[in-house]
Order: sequence, then C-alpha cells, then structure tokens
Amino acid sequence: MEKRATFSSTTIGILFALPMLVLIFVFFYWPSGQALFWAFTLEQPWGGGNRWVGFQNFQQLLSDPVYWNSISRSMIFGLGSTAIAMGMALILALFTDRELRGHGAYRSIFVWPYAIAAPALGLAFRFILAPEAGLLSLINQVWPGIWNPALDGNDAMIAVIIAFSWKYIGYNFIFFLSALQSIPRSLIEAAAMDGSGPARRMWDIQLPLLTPTLFFLLVINITESFQDSFGIVDIMTQGGPARATELMVYKIYFDGFKGLDYSGAAAQSIILMVLVILLTFVQFRFIERRVHYK
Amino acid sequence: MNAKLLGAVGMFAVAALLAGPAAADKTKIDFWFGNSGDIAKRVQEQCDRFNASQSDYQVVCTSQGSYDASLQNTIAAFRAGQQPTIAQVSDAGTLDIMLSGAYYPANKLMADMGYTVDWSDYFSGIRSYYATSKGDMYSFPFNSSTALLYWNKDAFAKIGKDHAPATWEEAAADFKALKAAGYSCPLGFNISRDEIWQYGEQFLAVHGEPIATKKNGYEGLDAELVFNKGKWVQFIKDLKGWYDNGEAVIKSKETGQTFVEAFAAGDCQVILTSVGDHGNIGRTAKEGMNWGVAMLPVYAGTERKSSFVGGASLWVLAGKSEAEYKAAAAFFNFIAKPEEALTWSTVTGYIPVRQSGYDYLVKNGFYEKAPYAGRELAIKSLTAATTEQGSLPGIRLGGLLQIRQEMSNGLQAIFIKNEDVQASLDEAAARGNQILRKFEQTYQGKTLP
Repeated sequence: MEKRATFSSTTIGILFALPMLVLIFVFFYWPSGQALFWAFTLEQPWGGGNRWVGFQNFQQLLSDPVYWNSISRSMIFGLGSTAIAMGMALILALFTDRELRGHGAYRSIFVWPYAIAAPALGLAFRFILAPEAGLLSLINQVWPGIWNPALDGNDAMIAVIIAFSWKYIGYNFIFFLSALQSIPRSLIEAAAMDGSGPARRMWDIQLPLLTPTLFFLLVINITESFQDSFGIVDIMTQGGPARATELMVYKIYFDGFKGLDYSGAAAQSIILMVLVILLTFVQFRFIERRVHYK
Repeated sequence: MNAKLLGAVGMFAVAALLAGPAAADKTKIDFWFGNSGDIAKRVQEQCDRFNASQSDYQVVCTSQGSYDASLQNTIAAFRAGQQPTIAQVSDAGTLDIMLSGAYYPANKLMADMGYTVDWSDYFSGIRSYYATSKGDMYSFPFNSSTALLYWNKDAFAKIGKDHAPATWEEAAADFKALKAAGYSCPLGFNISRDEIWQYGEQFLAVHGEPIATKKNGYEGLDAELVFNKGKWVQFIKDLKGWYDNGEAVIKSKETGQTFVEAFAAGDCQVILTSVGDHGNIGRTAKEGMNWGVAMLPVYAGTERKSSFVGGASLWVLAGKSEAEYKAAAAFFNFIAKPEEALTWSTVTGYIPVRQSGYDYLVKNGFYEKAPYAGRELAIKSLTAATTEQGSLPGIRLGGLLQIRQEMSNGLQAIFIKNEDVQASLDEAAARGNQILRKFEQTYQGKTLP
C-alpha cells in the first residue's frame, strides 16, 4: 500500500492558511465590502453618518451620458494600450530570444520601465510629448499644429496610451522572454533543419507554444489598464481636454479623493469591478478555448 | 501603495516610540498642512520660531504635499482617531468640515483658553469667506491670497500705454494693439480646474455677481448655480473672441509652458494669477523686464466689488486633550503677532490677514520696497467694498472642487471643441446643480452654521 504523509486534522491545515486568509480579508474583502456598503449610501466624508439610498448612486451614474462616454473611453484605452504593450513586448522578446548582439543587456534594460512609478512616468511623458517645448515639438515645426495633446482630445488619448503601454512593455517582456526560453530548442532546431526561416518558425512554432502566456498577459493587461491608469492621467491630462481622457478609474480617484464624494466613487468602483469581472469572464469563456496548455 | 502606507505607518510608530520619552515635559501637538516646496519650508520656519519662543509646547509641522492630500490624510486620520490637533483646510474643503462637527470652533477655543481675539481685526473679505453665516469664526484664516492682473510695462510702452487696463473694454483694445505690435501672446491663460479660479470665481466676485443663489450658498444648502445667467456669459464670449483672434493664448503644463512662466519669460504680456505668484515672478522674470500688477479689470459701468480670498484656513480638530488645545491656542496667538505677519509676507507672496498686520507692514515701509511693491493692491482688491455695499461674502458650496471641474469642462468644450457658449455653461451649471443636490441630500437634517 502506498504511504502518504497527510495531516489528519483539518484544524492544523486551517491554522497554516490563517495568516494568508487574514491578510486577504483585511486588504481585499474588508475594503471591498466597505465600498459595496458605501455605494448604497450617502457617506459624509468626516464620518458624521450615512444614509441608505438604495440604488440611487448607480441610477444617477448609469443615466448620465457623460459616464457612459467614460466607459467607452476606458475600453478604447484598455484595448489600445494592451495591443501596443503586448505587441511591442512580444517583438522585443522574440528578437532578444534570437540572441542578437547585446541581448544580455536588453534582457535587463527592457524591464526597467515597469519599475518607474506612474507619476514620474507621467511627468517624463508630459515633457516629451508637450507640443511647444517638448521633444516632440520638432514635428510641430515641420507640420505646424499636427500634434497637440493639450488642445486635441485624440492626441491626448494617444499620449496617455503611449505612456501607459511604455510601462507595461517591460512587464510583458519578462513573461514573453521566459516563455520563449522554455520552448525546447530541439523543436526550433528541427524546424530550421527542415528549411523554415526565422519568421516561419516564430509563426508556426513559437507563437502557438506561447498561447498560455499570451492569454495570461491579455487578462492582466486589460485588468491593469482599467485600474492602474489614474496616476498617469492625473499628471498628464487631468482627464482633459474636455473630458477626452476621463477614464473610469480617474473619475473614481477625482470624485473620491479630491471631491470627497465617497459614495459616488464607491458606486463607480463597484461598476468598474463588475466590468472587469465581465471582461475577464468573456476572455476565459471565449479566448481560453484556443489556448493550448500542452 | 499598501506597502508604502504600511512602511509610513511603521516609520511613524518607530518615530513616536523614540520621541516619546524625550519630550515628555513638553506638550506636543501635530499640525498638518498642504503647502509644498518653498512655502512648506516657510511654514516650517514659522513653527520653529514658535517652538523657540517658549518652552511649554512643541508644534510638529508636517507637509502632506498638497491641499487635497492633506485633507484626505486628515480625514483618514480623524476617522481612525489619530488626527492632528491643527489641520489646514483649503477653501474647497471648508463646507464639509464645517458641517462635520469634527472640530473645536476657533472662537470658542480662544475664549476657553483665556485669549481675547479681536476678530474684527481680520479683513472683512477674508473673515466672511471663512466665517459662518452668522459671522462666527470657526477657523483661523492662514495663507491668504487673491487674484491680480500682471502686465508687462515694456510691451505696454510699445503701444503707448503707461497703465494697466482697468476695464475689460480697455483690455480688449490693449490685446488688439499688442497683437498688432507683433506680440504673439497678449493674454496668457488656462482653463484647467485649478486655473479658472481667477477667470470664474474672481470675475464674478469683483462684478458682484452671484455664482449661486442664496448668497453663494451662505443662506442654505439648497442654493443653485446661476453663473450661466449673468455677465460671465458675455465675458466668456469675449475671451473666446480674443482666443480666436490669437490675442489670448492657452499656456499650460501640457503645452510645455505655464502662463506664469510665459509671463516671467516675457512671452505673454498679460496674465491673471494669484498675488502668491508675485514673489515667484519677481525671482524668475527675465533680466531687465519691467512689469507691474493691477486689480482685476471690470466691465465699464460696473461698480467694483471685493474679490475673494484664496488659500486656506487652520482648523482645530475635536477629540484632543485640554493640554493639546492649550498648545494650539498658544500657537495661534503667536502667529497672529504683527511681526509674524511681516516675516510671513516677506518670505511668501501671501498677504497679511489682519488690519493690524497690514498696518505694521505699511509702517515698516514694506510696500515701498522694490520686490514687494504692488502687493498692497491685493488688500485693496479684497476690501474694495463691504458686504453691506453689495460684495458677496464668499462661496459656500458643497463639492466646490467638482463644480470647478464642471466649469472647467464647460470652458474646454467652448474653447477646444467650439461648442456654443450659452449651451455649454448651461450644461455645466446643470451638472453642478446635481452635485449640489447630492451634497444637500448627504447632509440632510444638518443646518448650515
């Protein structure tokens, strides 16, 4: 008979899990529960009391066309930045994996952007992308008025998407590179011996074997783009010009932390949470089918 | 974010343990404020002077980085029972704390601690901005400013003028002449949330026009925004006209140069900004540039009213011990001294908040010296007319920051997307009113003090 070392008592098991459970409760479920409660009330910021108002906060938000616009802008931002961040990272990883000259240096350099805090990043990009004084002002000297994120909503959206993607390229790069390096060399060498060039090998061998990583990063990038973008928006555009970059998460930050409208912000974060859960669900339901784990 | 917070909390805990026994003989109180950079240093110096002036109390002053962050941290600390004794709250946060009951009213504190304060010594415009509707002072006006017009004398000399425009009609002609004389930016301005104050609230104030009914909200939480109905509409139309003609140019951080920087560099010839920028412009202005300040223009035929004070006031929070309140009272008594007003106005661009402080500055010839001359116009602008003569007491609206954001969004739609002026301002007012109604509902059952 096979011998197994198991815990006879469930109590000990639970005791081992307890520290982690407490952490998760304190840092995730408790605040989420609080937000859920506030979303159905009107909370006085200094804690003088609150009133139960049912679905009023949600009703006001969902009947506001401006709020719907910010939802669709968040979608555009999420899809745009995810596409750029993942696409660029994949290309960089594929080239680094081919061991081009200096690949050792690239391997560490490409990771750095992820270590930069969003506000510092926003400041740097605000300078780089400033239409009159920044580095990009050169193109305005060639074609006057072609680039102006301060006054053109589309340019502003492009600017925040670039800044955000730049940060996540580094993050995605690590995952892609390690996934590429775990692909057995023999497969690639066999394909090379059969006469397929680098591009063919990437398309037919490396990419299909990367699908689990691609899927994981897709979920993470979409989620992060909905949640992690407020710092960059706050520094670069403050949601302007004329609401062009007012993403859902920036509005939560502004209404809650600056405007002291705790209940409105709580209701918005519940909506955002539901939206992210839905998006993740859709991805697992429809995209994961095409992922080959083995 | 959480890790940072934990780290900070840990640091405070360690610091408190270390500092605990050493200062046991002194009563120690915390003072949290929002100013950063140079002003934060000046506040720190003031705290140091207080600590050196006596041996019973020690005030620990901590900058929280910005008004918003300071208010946010103070609220979080208050809700956790760890609040500082003194907190700085900016104009936009005044109504929330006033309705909260989380404070020890300033007038009561000073009376309880045995100090007699002549509250009428505060300039009326400053006093009324922070006072209750009945005129009681619940907080101490601290760093105070108002908006002024800054003009480049060299450029105006080129168009044959030796004085700043006093009316908007005159200003319009000046902008036109400056443009014709080859200046690319006669008026530099911006329409972001933090920079429409001088074009919105201050414009309405000096014209004596309400931003909202019920005396700008002083007479009840059920006030409604009316800025879309008066002279402001015409002003925005004029401003848009200047903008379309290239006589007014948007200068912001996003374009690469703020209007204050543009003025100091000689790139823009007129700007409207806080008197708090006076010192900064004096230090950074292009070598040899002649410039001056003037009160905000009004439309011809308008009787000038007082402009509003900007900045913040100091609140004493509830739930501290008798000894801590004694320390706070001593601190307030100290910073009220005329000598402190002189030092404060010398090292910052802020103005004295009391008549006695102002008189002391005048007596010392402060306003005759080169870098400070002109700042007396801020006092003149703040005291142009009393409330009996038709000036409004201030703005007492809930969600003021969000309302400013709506005004800013309305202006951006007008200037950037060329939307109709009246329709955009109407929409901004309607959205602002929703914010006011929600605020009113949140505080239902409470009466405005």
